[in-house]
Order: sequence, then structure tokens, then C-alpha cells
Amino acid sequence: MKLRKGIPVIDQGDKLGFWGGKFGGNFVPETLKKPIEDLEIQFNKLKKDKEFIKERDRYFKNWVGTPTRFIKLNNLTNYIGGAQIWSKVVSDANGGAHKIYNATVHCLLARRSGKKVIIGDTGAGYAGKMLSMAAKKFGLKCKIFMGAKDIKRQQPNVKAMKKNGADVIPVYSGSQTLVDAVSECMRYWVANCDTTAMCVGSTVGPSIFVRICGWSTSQISRELKVQLINEFGHVPKKLKLYNCVGGGSSSFGFWNEFMDYDKKQVEFIGVEAGGPAKSKRHAAPLTYGSKIGILHGAAQYVNQDSDGQIEETESISAGLDYPGISPLHCFLKDTKRARYTAASDEEALKAYQIVTKYENLRPSLEPSHAFSVAIKEAKKLSKNTIVIINSCGDAYKDRGILEKKLGKKYVKSN
Amino acid sequence: MLNPISLAFKKAKNEKRPALLTYTVAGDSSKKQSLEILKAISNYADILEVGVPHNTPVADGGQIQTSSYRAIKNGIKMNDIFKIVKDFKTNKNSKPIILMGYYNMIFQYGENNFLKKCKKSGVNGLIVVDLPWPENKIFSKKCKKNSINFIQLLSPTTSNERLKSITKDSHDMIYYISMLSTTGGKLKVSPKKILANYNKIKKISPKKNCVIGFGITEKTISNFKNTDGLVVGSQICKEITRSLSNRQNPVINVSNMVERLRKKIS
Repeated sequence: MKLRKGIPVIDQGDKLGFWGGKFGGNFVPETLKKPIEDLEIQFNKLKKDKEFIKERDRYFKNWVGTPTRFIKLNNLTNYIGGAQIWSKVVSDANGGAHKIYNATVHCLLARRSGKKVIIGDTGAGYAGKMLSMAAKKFGLKCKIFMGAKDIKRQQPNVKAMKKNGADVIPVYSGSQTLVDAVSECMRYWVANCDTTAMCVGSTVGPSIFVRICGWSTSQISRELKVQLINEFGHVPKKLKLYNCVGGGSSSFGFWNEFMDYDKKQVEFIGVEAGGPAKSKRHAAPLTYGSKIGILHGAAQYVNQDSDGQIEETESISAGLDYPGISPLHCFLKDTKRARYTAASDEEALKAYQIVTKYENLRPSLEPSHAFSVAIKEAKKLSKNTIVIINSCGDAYKDRGILEKKLGKKYVKSN
Repeated sequence: MLNPISLAFKKAKNEKRPALLTYTVAGDSSKKQSLEILKAISNYADILEVGVPHNTPVADGGQIQTSSYRAIKNGIKMNDIFKIVKDFKTNKNSKPIILMGYYNMIFQYGENNFLKKCKKSGVNGLIVVDLPWPENKIFSKKCKKNSINFIQLLSPTTSNERLKSITKDSHDMIYYISMLSTTGGKLKVSPKKILANYNKIKKISPKKNCVIGFGITEKTISNFKNTDGLVVGSQICKEITRSLSNRQNPVINVSNMVERLRKKIS
């Protein structure tokens, strides 16, 4: 299996949509073949269309708010005493997380194809919140599928979705988390694909959704590359990019522009959710060697039993609480371009405490996983190593969990 | 010699009626009971679809999901399902069996192992909901080699071009999904329109047995008498759920329902 240079990773799949011959694909009911094919044709055309790119960039700039900040975390760097620690503050983006890029692009596509309704899944509530914002902006009706358990633990985002006029549909099947929300959303699309567009909230699902999402979030690394050159005059000689990985949309977007660099120069570190310290129900299929299986239309490493039933996961961060992982990351793992590890719930909380103690930055529980590993590794690295953590979400949505786990002083009013 | 599935269609045709296909989930509500249900309904149905329950189904509606979760919760495993089929096939009155499920279960078992086991236990056909054409080309060839009918699905969104390619690659039986819906949806398209699509398929591929599924219930089934076959699934699963919550015997209730269905198309 080989990663090719000079071709975007999203376009390195084969005719049937498989990366490396075995990850991804389109394991979908016959009914969805046509809408998926329509979307493929539309996207392949538009991504080469200068007018469309201009339109996208205009909304990214004026509405999403690009570029998001790239800042040095001086206090944290001094406290750790190793590599220089920087952060790409993607949570600056309109709505407070990277999910806005994919949501915006899907709404632009839906509007062009004449669809009046857009549906989406959500775990932490960010994908849903952003889709509801974008739908409102572009005059589309919006339905968001969300696990009942997640609705309980991510109330601020649920309120935001409703405020934006979206229907939030609770999903009670299975573990009542993201995995079930995606299934329910796909089922709804099966029944309504003639009038309705679907947005998959991460780089998962049938291959076209993986590609659209990866293409959209790549805005993050496009900005970062410019910011690095402005700051250092070039892409640093020792650069390490840390990102949490659930479905894998923010990390893929954070890395994409640097794909062709040698990994000795630009290393990618993906941090999965290890779950509670002693739990076996992690959400880290890449770290703990899960087998390849089919989930939500794509072949990927996924937590499952020997029969092929998908296993429930457990993580403090709803956004990472997913038994599978993007086919793109399976591909990056097997080609050894990226390195994957996991942080536990406790480690993420600890990292959140450290970051908020030293910096004026409040990463949500998802990027706190990445901070945890970055902090640990930065200690052992030289001063001329640049460590960057993608702070891809804001902790506002986690206030309930943080208050319960850490006490009131860690929750600032907003 | 005709394979058992084609034979079942031929028999129904001789009786001037569509073949009746039922769908029940293996292990619902227990291994033993699902076998009893199969035995009981094979008095009235021509072909039995046996659902392989999966916990992330992307095309099943509420009724079948409920049945599937119930079966999984009661501990059903792939090997138990093969055993149910095998036990059923020792029955004098047995009918052709089609396993219907999602590809991951086959993938984890290993395609070749899975087919070997199918053959051994007497499975006659397979419907794999999320393995569409052309992705299923290699696997459907393997099925054919093992004398197992791989049943291609067609839907209202299938383009004419695809229709031709898919029917060309299909075996003796094809399955037309009546409408854009998950299983168990209310019939939201007029029978006339469904039959028009059905006839289009028959025109392209007159020799293949084409069944219609999704939205077929006691209420709607008599609209489709002039077809090769009809599948009833969700209504049966719902009847099992209803029987359980009323503390009635699902075997008797389901068997009665299938008898009524059969009468409506005879």
C-alpha cells in the first residue's frame, strides 16, 4: 500500500472508492446508489470549477471567518520545558469548531442541486449545530439526528440547533450515541433521497462523503501553511502536528497540505479516545488494533465482535465516541504516514486543566485528548521542534461534564 | 434440474398466484422460537427469508430493528443461524431459505467459509442489503459456483442503464424495492406505479423471477396478484412484537397471519 505524491489523498481511491484497495468503498443499499452517483458527479465537477471555489472561499472568509488564529502558547511552553508549543485555534471559526467547513460545503452543494432539505448526524453536537447554522444561512430546512445519550450530555449545542430552526431527532436505538445517529440518518436518507440532501458529519460514510468532508476541512492546513511561512519563513524542519481523531475530519484537514512532506520533517500524530482508564470499551480502533469491517457504508478498522456486530464505545468526549474511523486514516496508518495513539478520559481532563491554567484557551474535551499526548511528548523534544495542536473545538459545550468532573472553577460563564 | 427457489416460483405459477415470501429474523425472540415460526409458516409461504440480525442496519425500519435487537440481545450468533436453517431443513415440509443481511457479517466469517457453511446447512439464496452491483460481482459469482442464488436488488432510483446491467448479472430471482423507504414503511406509492416499474423490469428480463418487497402487508398484498412473488417482512416482525407484549404465542399468531396473506393472493 502506497501513498502517492502530488495527488490529493481524497482522490487516491480506486474506481470503486477504495483507498489502498481496501478502505472505504460504497457498501450501501441499492436505493442510495443513484443519489450518491449524482453527488459524485456534482462534486467532481465543482471542485474544479473556479467560480465554485471562489464562492466557497467567500463564505469561508466572510462567514466562517478565516484564517483562524495560529498562536504560540508561551506559558505552556515554559512550563513544559521542551519543544515550542503552538496551537491552531480552529475553534475561532464561526460556531466554535471545524465542523463548519463541511457543513458549509454540503449546503452549497445542496442549494445548487435544488434540494430543499438537508439532514445530518451529530455526536458532540458540533456537526449538527454547524449544519443548522449553514442550513439557516442558505435557506434549507434542516433535520439533525442525535443519540439520546448525547442529547443529554451536550445540551448547549442542542439548544443552539433548535435556535437555528433545526429539528433535532433523538435516536433511541443501540447505544444511543453517534454510531446510531449516523445509522438513523442514513435510513432517513434511504427513504427521502429524492428530496433531501445528506451531510455526513465527518470523514466517514460512503466514499463521496469522506472526500467532500476531507476537501472541506483541508482549509485548516491551507491556512496553517501560510501562517507557518509568515512566522518562520518556511515550513519548520521539525514540525509535529497533533490532532484528536474520532471520525477523523479535523485531523485530516489539519494535515492534508503537508501530506507530501517527509514524515521526518512533518510528523502527524492522531490521538484517539481511550475511554475511562480501566475500560475496555475504548473508541480507539487504530491504536488498539481493531479488525477491518464495514460500518456506515465504508470498510475501515472498527471495534466489533467476532461475528461482525459493531461494539459500543465509551468516551468522555461525545465527538470521539465512535467505534470506527475514517478510511483516510486507515490508509494513513497502513502507509505509515501518520502515527496513532490514544489518551484516556482522565488524561484528557488533566490536559484540559493544564492548558486552561497556563493559557487563555479552552479546548473542548476532544482536542484535550491531543493536548494530553502533545504535552507528554513535547517534554522530551528539542527547543527547535515546533509542536502544534489543533484546538478544533471550544469547551463551552462541555461545561456540564467539566463542572461535574472538575468542579465549578473550571467552568467560566459564557 | 431447477434449483429449489425457481421450483417454488414455478409451483406458484402453476397455481396461478404469486409466490409468497416471508421475512423473519433468526433468533427472534429466541433461537428455538424462531425455528418454530419457520416450521409453522412454511405451511403457507413458498420461500422463507431469514434475517441475519445486525446492530448497525442502514436500511431497516423500526419493526425489523426491534426484532433484530431482540435476537441479538438473546445472544444469537452466526453459527446459531446456520444451525436453525439446518434444523429447519430436516423438516419434511421445508421450503427454500434465503438469508438476508448485511455484508459485514459475511466479511467477518470469510466469504468462502460463509458459502461453505450455507451449502452445508441448506441455505438456497442470499440477499446482501449493502453489497450493491457492481461491488457484488465477485461475490455473486462465488455464490453461483456454490449453487446459491445471489439475489440482486433493484429500486425506484435504479437507472435504466443499471437495470440492464444488474438484471444481466443476476441469477434466477431479483428483488424490486417498491418505494424509497426503509423496510416497514407505509406504502407511499400507488400500486399502479409500482406495477408499472415491475413490468418494466419484466420486459427487460422476462425469464427472471421478480419479487416485490417493502410496504407489502395484509392490506396491500391483494393489489399485486399478477406478479411473480411478494415479500412480507415488517408486518410479521410487528406481529411477533405484539404477541410478546400481549403474552400470546407468536408462533400461532404469525402462522395465522401468513395463512391469511396466502389466502389473499390465492
